[in-house]
Amino acid sequence: MELSGAEILVQFLKDEGVECVFGYPGGSVLHIYDELYKQEDIKHVLVRHEQAAAHAADGYARTSGKLGVVLVTSGPGVTNAVTGIATAYMDSIPMVVITGQVPTAVIGSDAFQEVDTVGITRPCSKHNFLVKDARDIAITLKKAFHLATTGRPGPVVVDIPKDVTDPNVKVPYSYLETISMRSYHPKVKGNARQIRRAVQLILSAKRPVIYSGGGVILSGAANSLTEITRVLNIPVTSTLMGLGGYPAADRQFLGMLGMHGTYEANMAMHECDVLIAIGARFDDRVTGKIEKFCPDAKIVHIDIDPASISKTVKVDVPIVGDVDSVLAEMLQLLRSTGSELNPVELKQWWALIDKWRATDCLAYDHDSDLIKPQFVVEKLWEITGGDAFISTDVGQHQMWAAQFYKFDKPSRFVTSGGLGTMGFGLPAAMGIQFANPGADVACITGEGSIQMCIQELSTCFQYMLPLKIINLNNRYLGMVRQWQEFFYGSRYSHSYMDALPDFVKLAESYGHVGMYIEKPADVEGALKEAFALKDRLVFLDFITDQTENVYPMIAAGKAHHEMEMSPKSVLI
Amino acid sequence: MRHIISILIENEAGALSRVAGLFSARGYNIESLSVAPTEDASLSRMTLVTRGSEEIVEQITKQLNKLVDVVKLLDLTEGAHIEREMMLIKVRATDSSERDEIKRLADIYRGNIIDVSKTSYVIELTGHNGKLDSFIQSLGDIPILETVRCGSMGIPRGEKSLHL
Ligand SMILES: Cc1ncc(C[n+]2csc(CCOP(=O)(O)OP(=O)(O)O)c2C)c(N)n1
Ligand SMILES: [Mg+2]
Repeated sequence: MELSGAEILVQFLKDEGVECVFGYPGGSVLHIYDELYKQEDIKHVLVRHEQAAAHAADGYARTSGKLGVVLVTSGPGVTNAVTGIATAYMDSIPMVVITGQVPTAVIGSDAFQEVDTVGITRPCSKHNFLVKDARDIAITLKKAFHLATTGRPGPVVVDIPKDVTDPNVKVPYSYLETISMRSYHPKVKGNARQIRRAVQLILSAKRPVIYSGGGVILSGAANSLTEITRVLNIPVTSTLMGLGGYPAADRQFLGMLGMHGTYEANMAMHECDVLIAIGARFDDRVTGKIEKFCPDAKIVHIDIDPASISKTVKVDVPIVGDVDSVLAEMLQLLRSTGSELNPVELKQWWALIDKWRATDCLAYDHDSDLIKPQFVVEKLWEITGGDAFISTDVGQHQMWAAQFYKFDKPSRFVTSGGLGTMGFGLPAAMGIQFANPGADVACITGEGSIQMCIQELSTCFQYMLPLKIINLNNRYLGMVRQWQEFFYGSRYSHSYMDALPDFVKLAESYGHVGMYIEKPADVEGALKEAFALKDRLVFLDFITDQTENVYPMIAAGKAHHEMEMSPKSVLI
Repeated sequence: MRHIISILIENEAGALSRVAGLFSARGYNIESLSVAPTEDASLSRMTLVTRGSEEIVEQITKQLNKLVDVVKLLDLTEGAHIEREMMLIKVRATDSSERDEIKRLADIYRGNIIDVSKTSYVIELTGHNGKLDSFIQSLGDIPILETVRCGSMGIPRGEKSLHL
């Protein structure tokens, strides 16, 4: 079959089963857009800013089990998308970003809308390619899809000069079912000896704890994690990225750990004698002061990326492999030996944990005249039956979402954990809704963050995406304000959000429904009303208590047991 | 500790900048880096000399292995190996006693004088990088006009080899 480069590109996407592409056109991708115009199998979603295209593809990937596809033009199209690519890279999200480039003949001449895409995206993508010949498009895209979705997933950029998609240059095309690359062999199965050592170590533990991360979600290992946790009857804590990997409402779940983790989770980390890290990478927001991290623990670490193992914390039993596959083997081993942990020791450990739990570290004031942001998230959880897809932006509201929405299923919580990108929430929610039509999708955001990609309200109207935007409006860059209160003598330097728009009118002018809520008594009713509007986007502007802080908090340089506690929690 | 790492990498545009970019982004130091294609034109061989604690060098090898273009690598420091570097050095050589002295030194170090002018010599010298350092030391007061070194290259001894 002889096709042009642009035809090959579109045909390849169809052959790969791609249903949805998020993009924005421009000069260097016009040949490709012309091909998209001529077909109906692939839906193209026109965003309003390329950053949003990448975030939307990211949200789509996180909740569909497929990879996200982005299509942008050269130069500013690429630079706008970089924040979204870097966000996906930090959270290991499978994505292929197709970027237009100036024609091969003028590359390097500072041509109009030329930028060194491969150079710019090299440090924030898993890999990238420049395609110089139409004959290489299919194989390069195949490699890109393969790289993006296997091993530790991540975004892969494919840069295609305009002449390579020229409609008048036809070359042969056939779809490759599989590909192998001599330089790339991700390991799936864990080493059997290491797995045995890990199981022995775990069985010998007196105070074990599982520290589970985003790798559990990416690997589809939530069931295995839940099973092994229950078989062992041991406590489990999760990173921000791992939430939903184990049912949050379950007794064995200690809540999130780290900087804004629960008292019981962080204390369990500090006191444990065996730590089982699963698909987690010992991020600095999780470990606190590294020298004081889990001082008494022997550490098992399961991760698909060898470079994540012993990067910041030296581990005793490293297991490189796919989390789900390794957990399945561990379970099998546990079952075949029938061994269990010392029940007396375990009982004591649980008693200690229950004591920590009794501090009620997430307590907040229920009698305030002002809306408490935690209350809004709690009500949202109730009203959606804990079953909504939740995206967030970055700040205090993100932490309250993580603490108060009790995720029982994987892939329900979509947040920028690694890069911490304000502006992520709304476009990510769009991607989620495209992947899950009919599902309840809410974006928990702040008045600062939402303004970073607010233009996407227009995209939402074009595609009639019935998102619910939960704006926890504290008129502050709240997380910045909190740090300034704690560590900068309450000098609120540029953290006040002045001259805010009227969000209700703004939503309305984009064709949506806006709601203004300022009384605690109105929170529940407003949420119910909003979720009853099944086919409309509703922007709920909750005017919340400006002074509220996120607790517990581990300040920089402190260890897990040195938490700053909420004035409302019970001291022990 | 000083480590000498050999890398087989896809001979593609940008492969070198992936390695260099990795080192600068993560703050690792490169003492020297040499690269050229191998007998298989699709592969380049790099020799990289770096310094760091065992933990850092372990991270360096893991991060290098993680680069998609890296096909294989070997930390030569882990086993018996041979290391060589080549140097071209131009020195001032005006009066005859100076010229004799340089010639004698070059002989001792098994270097070759490969360019001669009225006022200068260019000496070509190959060896372990320590030998090159020591040659420079022994030049003493003789003025050095320029030094060009290619960076260390290495190969494992005996049966062991780095190949596909
Ligand atoms: C793009 C970007 N710029 C700056 C920051 C730093 N930052 C982190 S949280 C935050 C405040 C966010 O304010 P808002 O969205 O109102 O959320 P709140 O903390 O008030 O809930 C800022 C500025 C960031 N994370 N991302
Ligand atoms: Mg705010």
